Amino acid sequence: MLKLNKIMDMPPFSLNRQKKKQVFGDLLFELTKHHYNNCQEYHNILDVLECNPLSKINVKSLPPLPVRLFKDNELCSVERSEIIKTMTSSGTSGQRVSKIFLDKMTARNQTQVLTKIVSSFIGTKRLPMLIIDSKSVLKDRNLFSARGAGIVGFSMLGYDVTYALDESMQLDVDAIEVFIQKHGGKNILIFGFTFMIWQYFYKPLLKLGKKLELENGIMIHGGGWKKLIEQAVDNDTFKSALEKICMIERVHNYYGMVEQTGSIFMECEAGYLHASNFSDISVLGADFGECKMQERGLVKLSSLLPLSYPGHILLSEDIGEIIGEDDCQCGRFGKYFKIHGRIMNAEGRGCSDTYDSV
Amino acid sequence: MLREEGVVILMTQCDDNLTYIIGDGRVYTYRFRPYDNLLCEFLNELSVELRSSQGAFEYADVMAFAFWCRKANIVKCKTDFGGTNESRLGLGNVFHVTPSNVPINFAFSFAFGLLAGNANIVRVPTKPSPQSDIIYKALEKLFSFDKFLQIKLMTTFVRYEKNDDITRYFSELSDARIIWGGDDTIRYIRNISVPERCTEIVFADRYSVSVLDVNAVMALSRKELTVLAEMFYNDTYLMDQKACSSPHLIVWLGMSDGLTKERFWQALLGVVKKKYQLDMINAVDKYTLLCQNAMDLNHIYSVRRYGNWLTRVTLNKVFDNTDDLRGQFGYFYEYDVSTVNSIAHIINAKYQTLTYFGVNKYELLDFVINNHLAGIDRIVPIGKALDMGVIWDGYDLVRSLSRVIDLK
Repeated sequence: MLKLNKIMDMPPFSLNRQKKKQVFGDLLFELTKHHYNNCQEYHNILDVLECNPLSKINVKSLPPLPVRLFKDNELCSVERSEIIKTMTSSGTSGQRVSKIFLDKMTARNQTQVLTKIVSSFIGTKRLPMLIIDSKSVLKDRNLFSARGAGIVGFSMLGYDVTYALDESMQLDVDAIEVFIQKHGGKNILIFGFTFMIWQYFYKPLLKLGKKLELENGIMIHGGGWKKLIEQAVDNDTFKSALEKICMIERVHNYYGMVEQTGSIFMECEAGYLHASNFSDISVLGADFGECKMQERGLVKLSSLLPLSYPGHILLSEDIGEIIGEDDCQCGRFGKYFKIHGRIMNAEGRGCSDTYDSV
Repeated sequence: MLREEGVVILMTQCDDNLTYIIGDGRVYTYRFRPYDNLLCEFLNELSVELRSSQGAFEYADVMAFAFWCRKANIVKCKTDFGGTNESRLGLGNVFHVTPSNVPINFAFSFAFGLLAGNANIVRVPTKPSPQSDIIYKALEKLFSFDKFLQIKLMTTFVRYEKNDDITRYFSELSDARIIWGGDDTIRYIRNISVPERCTEIVFADRYSVSVLDVNAVMALSRKELTVLAEMFYNDTYLMDQKACSSPHLIVWLGMSDGLTKERFWQALLGVVKKKYQLDMINAVDKYTLLCQNAMDLNHIYSVRRYGNWLTRVTLNKVFDNTDDLRGQFGYFYEYDVSTVNSIAHIINAKYQTLTYFGVNKYELLDFVINNHLAGIDRIVPIGKALDMGVIWDGYDLVRSLSRVIDLK
């Protein structure tokens, strides 16, 4: 089985291009072999794509799995009896959801790596934590959503975990104020999903005309911008709005797939998303050839964490742009990049769906 | 001149969600003989108007429609129809539910209804397209002529978002209802009832196949092969293979010959690279389908990808659920046979168009008839898959939309 010990002991953004190519490349290759040998569906796909990971081939030519495959199929690389958790993506009603099967080792690695990555931004000490969500999200622990998983994963990083929303998603101002008073002067970790923060935290505060003193807060948020872009809210708007209403200056967005939970890409102080030692990104053109730096294309993501399902190399449906590698002003090594939304739905052609979509 | 007997229907149930593109909310039900001279003249003038419309030349589909309704073609249709038009009349009101994803489809649907001698209520796509604007403009111009006043009064184009009340209202007025698929839409709209005597024509989801003779392809010069590839391109890539008549399964007839097949696909690739706009999403869809097939199918013989432009999946067997195998954006399933009868067992009612090259069409007709097949309604040369006509999907639309007066 894959040994992550070696990189677990290093600082999370410490591999430069040269070292990463070797260390990360070897591990990713091992992981591919593992899935090839243990997941029949994955094996069949690689065979059809004429990729044999048992022979020595270039890591770059290891084929990614389209994220959509996890919506239509139950992909698993360990015995079903070893599955301890099934994670689902938080699709809105009617949408198909991804199903991700976690064994003990994968689940443990996810938590460890998440802690490691985030510590680069908030330090290694646990902080008092405010979660901008409702506790009710966590009700069913067996089949839990990406939202729940995110909350559970991140709450390991804090203590005195306090939920800012009540069971009915209403802002619990009293609880928040008690929390702030109690931890005045200390750094505070604030976590939530981008849209939830905007809709259920920022907007109600604005409406109440209420300002919170969270100048010691470090906010980490993720989950995608789709709904906010519809309201014309981008990252800059989001940041300045929050600063105005609760004085938070340190706001970090993160990016990642539910299929690669744990090895998230965090936004650094300079405003770029960063690949850590545990993950990598490349950007592809329509022909799937690699784009140059600063060229926009389809995002392909690699992670060393998925052991129990073949989600280690994914073809996303997001458009991204790699800004640089190893030379970000923030000082972290690895590729840094931006995400520019989803690939556009092409014009539908053909003769179906006359009623709904007309 | 408006006839006295024209029935005026007032659409009292006017709704904010309903826009009249053509017409003012009143429909004059009136019945013509199919192919009545006035109708033929109208379509011909529409053809002339479209061909001289600004910008229309840019749209191959608008031009194809204009070409179809030109005088020579309508006369030919009328001749093919025979003398039976003497004892026929249009049914009355035809309500058309047309698709958004084939921009020009509503124009054909309207023309068929009109040619059969009917008044038409056409639900047009809510999604605007330059093609539909060109058509509306041309129609408006024709309707400004006195001689076409009657047709004007018989014509209504409406636009509305999915709305059962409006659909029910128009359905109750119809003597015929035409629903252009998909299956879900048909099932849905069928819940909205029509008068007892109403004729219903539905265009369900269909599946299409192409048959090429290996020897005939082998005999082609480079130039001829390019022409064939262009024809094939028009049948497939032009609509991303999403039209019902675009083939998904390519059947090679004769001795299996990898080299000839490769030559054909290379020729196609040349055309594709020149003409096709490969979108990122299409590339992802194609790749996803291949991965899905790799997991689901155990009868894949080989796969060949030409970048993201073209994907070939060669099958070593075909089953009776082959019509589930649907490629998009240039993704084809191939199968070698020594006789076309080898695919008879997979042909079900879903099969619509069989396009051919290098095969005798009468042999293909015999193949359908002698095997008593439930499917295949069209046998047309490669390049003609998307050509619309009054005979479509197994219906003769002019006959289906008119009634026969039995005279003894």
